[in-house]
Amino acid sequence: MDHTAPIVEDVFGISWLDFNLANVFMIAVTSLIVFIISVLGARKLQMKPTGAQNVMEWVLDFIKGIVNDTMDWKTGKLFLPLAITLFSYILVGNMLGVITNGVVGHDLWWKSPTADPGITLTLSTMVIVLSHFYGVKLRGGKAYVKDYFTPMWPLFPIKLVEEFSNTLTLGLRLFGNIYAGEVLLSLLVGLTTTSVLGFLGGAIPFLAWQGFSVFIGGIQAFIFTMLAMVYISHKVSEEH
Amino acid sequence: MHVFAGNSYIFAALGGLHIGDMLTQLFFFIVLLTLIKKFAWGPVMNMMQKREEYVANEIESAEQSRKEAESAAKKAQAELNQVKQEAQKMFEDAKNAGAKQEQDIIDTARKEAERIKQQAQAEIQNEKEQALQALQDQVASLSVLIASKVIEKEINEQDQEKLINDYLKEVGEER
Repeated sequence: MDHTAPIVEDVFGISWLDFNLANVFMIAVTSLIVFIISVLGARKLQMKPTGAQNVMEWVLDFIKGIVNDTMDWKTGKLFLPLAITLFSYILVGNMLGVITNGVVGHDLWWKSPTADPGITLTLSTMVIVLSHFYGVKLRGGKAYVKDYFTPMWPLFPIKLVEEFSNTLTLGLRLFGNIYAGEVLLSLLVGLTTTSVLGFLGGAIPFLAWQGFSVFIGGIQAFIFTMLAMVYISHKVSEEH
Repeated sequence: MHVFAGNSYIFAALGGLHIGDMLTQLFFFIVLLTLIKKFAWGPVMNMMQKREEYVANEIESAEQSRKEAESAAKKAQAELNQVKQEAQKMFEDAKNAGAKQEQDIIDTARKEAERIKQQAQAEIQNEKEQALQALQDQVASLSVLIASKVIEKEINEQDQEKLINDYLKEVGEER
């Protein structure tokens, strides 16, 4: 039960460059799976959609709905690829950890990439940075700066803090949900391995929690994408 | 025991924030976004756009042909009405012409009859006059005959002489 992470420190002799190889591995696996599923789904596109194309178009319409809910389609279509990638990557990442956790030696290698705060915070920071970038690009620097002082200037410190709190909550919400699910799953696995009674007592809650984790994984992917679009729309839309 | 073991697992497995992980995640995410946009979602979006345009075009052309059909039907109806009116008119004309002809024939017949009647009357008159004339002639000669018969019987020699003389006298005076 006492697993460690396969960490390499000071790569290339750079003192701050540390890698958790399990994360790197899982990021690669998740990206690969998302890529393969997407490309397989987009094969043999036809005017009359069949099979996988229907699923792809349904997903596209679903994400389109999320984007449309938060901003008008003229600016929204710019962020559709980002929203789709966020959603599919996070969804697949969440599911990978629910299916199983893999341990090699004492190191935990197979898990959700989204069960790591560094990774989720990277995603959330990227979203927030993009929102600032497009806020300036689409509306101009003046309107962007003015937003910090509306509806009245004393709100400026709060608005400033909001940007950081948004980043933190967006990333840590995802991390917390997925990580908690994995911890509970591994505890239940531990319980089932203790004794016959423990196996009987642990198997059913394990199954139930796994089903619940699938649900949470989907919900969290949706929430992350939704909030990312909401934060971006706050910056790029004229009205609030 | 297990709870504690799980606890230590939590910290161990997390292992803190690593800059390398973050950079890796960012790199992979950007690559993934670019790739699936190019190879998967881009084509799907294009196809959906194409279908939308196709459907819009189809609807438009359907609307167009519906309008055309409507106007054609209207035109056909108008033509039908016109033809009906023309037929009605022709029928009326024929009826009028027939009536007129009938009247003409009757008139002509009547005139002809009148003429024949007048001719006949004139002929009758003529015949009557001729008959009268003939009768008069006949009557005159007959009366003369009868008179001569009567006279022959009753006139004597003397009277005859005198009568002849009178006639002769008369003739002589007339000269």
